[in-house]
Amino acid sequence: MQSLDYPCVRPLGLTGLLVTFAGKMDESANRAALAFRAAVDANGWVEVVETSTSLTSAFIRIDPLVGDPDAVTERLESLLATRDWLAADLPLGRRLWHIPVVLDGDGAPQLEEAAKAAGVTPDQAREEISAARIRVLTIGFAPGQPYMGELPEHWNIPRQTKLNPRVPGGALVVAIRQLIIFSGPTPTGWRHIGQTAFRCFRPESDDPTPLAIGDEVTFRRVSPSELDQIAADDPEGGGASVEALT
Amino acid sequence: MNRTLIILRAGPGLTVQDHGRSGLLDRGLSVGGAADQRALAEGAALLGQGAQLAALEMAGMGGEFAVTASSRIALTGAPMRATLDGEPLVWNASHAIAPSQRLSIGPATSGVYGYLHFGGGIDLPPQMGARSAHLTAGIGALLADGDRLALGEDTGTLTGLILPVEDRFSGGSLRVVPSIQTENFSKADHQRFAQTEFTRDPRGNRMGVRLAFEGAPFQVEDQLGIVSEIIVPGDIQITGDGAPFILLGECQTIGGYPRIATVIPTDLPRVAQAAPGAAFSFEFITRAEGFAAIKADAEARAALSSRVAPLVRDPRDISDLLSYDFISGVTDGKAEGE
Repeated sequence: MQSLDYPCVRPLGLTGLLVTFAGKMDESANRAALAFRAAVDANGWVEVVETSTSLTSAFIRIDPLVGDPDAVTERLESLLATRDWLAADLPLGRRLWHIPVVLDGDGAPQLEEAAKAAGVTPDQAREEISAARIRVLTIGFAPGQPYMGELPEHWNIPRQTKLNPRVPGGALVVAIRQLIIFSGPTPTGWRHIGQTAFRCFRPESDDPTPLAIGDEVTFRRVSPSELDQIAADDPEGGGASVEALT
Repeated sequence: MNRTLIILRAGPGLTVQDHGRSGLLDRGLSVGGAADQRALAEGAALLGQGAQLAALEMAGMGGEFAVTASSRIALTGAPMRATLDGEPLVWNASHAIAPSQRLSIGPATSGVYGYLHFGGGIDLPPQMGARSAHLTAGIGALLADGDRLALGEDTGTLTGLILPVEDRFSGGSLRVVPSIQTENFSKADHQRFAQTEFTRDPRGNRMGVRLAFEGAPFQVEDQLGIVSEIIVPGDIQITGDGAPFILLGECQTIGGYPRIATVIPTDLPRVAQAAPGAAFSFEFITRAEGFAAIKADAEARAALSSRVAPLVRDPRDISDLLSYDFISGVTDGKAEGE
């Protein structure tokens, strides 16, 4: 098994470079990846055509017809050495979302099971989810789909080995201290503990993927009938409100 | 004058495709676009227009088509049996089609994805910077019988041109560079990977292609210790059954399967175009060799238009020679007064 010293710069594909801050999910490594990506973006290097972040890495894609990717590797290593990225502040320009969610009844078929796995009562679980302020750690698998965390340590519950054949779009699911709102209906090993009317991907809209990596999210608990009304009034936005983080 | 393409009968995998949407990884959207990007460049060269214009991608077979006004077309990618009012059309060539005529495109004779290009391109309203359908993401849709698509304004006039292309429809040796988990596989597996003859499995689509092979599954020692990480097209995942799966443009943006290597971008059209049963092998190259291949490919694309030549037809192949109107000629797709 390969062992790496972090942080490290590695090629990903022929034209990508991956700057990884930890070998497993870690809040400070995710923060470091966000801050490092912002620093790369701020440099405006002409051969950099795209940047992104995963849970613990910043990704930099190079156009090799514009510049030598190996020279970019050297510049990334120099940038890494300028500071302790694990202690970096989060980048500016992020937003805080408040998203209505149902945490009981048909919209939360596995809440009790998930609470048990986390060692709390169902009501404690509802309170903890409602009180949590979590960050979009990364976006992926499906367009606009957020991986949010981290929840307290006792929510480090494994994914189910048996797949849940189909949870609906807007479902709130939990595993490994993270929450996801699903972009569309999907089979999953994550437990379905809530339902939102928030559409993560709105291909017809001017803002097709409203959530951005680094945004923060809180959930506002509503009743099933309130969510029905919200879905009727605001079919894409799901009643979410958003404010700038300063 | 507005021109419209009418899809009289749609084959099973008909979509509008262009360069796709790059730069949206941080929004969870993979690049998508034409499975064979080289074919887009060839169609553009044949019609003397920009490669950013959208074309019809036809997976496996085409369909039947008509236009509401005289148009120029080009046929590229996987060769398919094409006829215009029953007369065979040459592939990798441009042709003129009149409103009264019916274009019929049958199954691929080799490869997977054929392309039907129009002078002026297909003029769908762009969505998130492209006209491509990205079916896994829910952008656009498969085309169906009776669909009508607007065509863009065509500033060109020439047809009856041919572009010689090399075979990229039968598999072959793929150039790869190491990926982020290559070192998690044993040296013996690296060697076996480079020496095994793989075949393109029937399981494959615009998201990726599975390879079948004889021998033990490839595996890493600590599969569960692998954190999900960003995916790029060309990455070769070793999925749960130990078989390689080469990811294409419409793949997911993050994945947790270990990646044994990455196919360089210039060789991806050959991955997409290999029909089930085609043989593949892998050759590790240096990154410098990979960059040189990208440069050579860009130069070859830029030189495509210089390789376009008049389509010389053998008069014995033209059954209705006497009915041809040699004055208006086969090289002008536009009707008088247009």
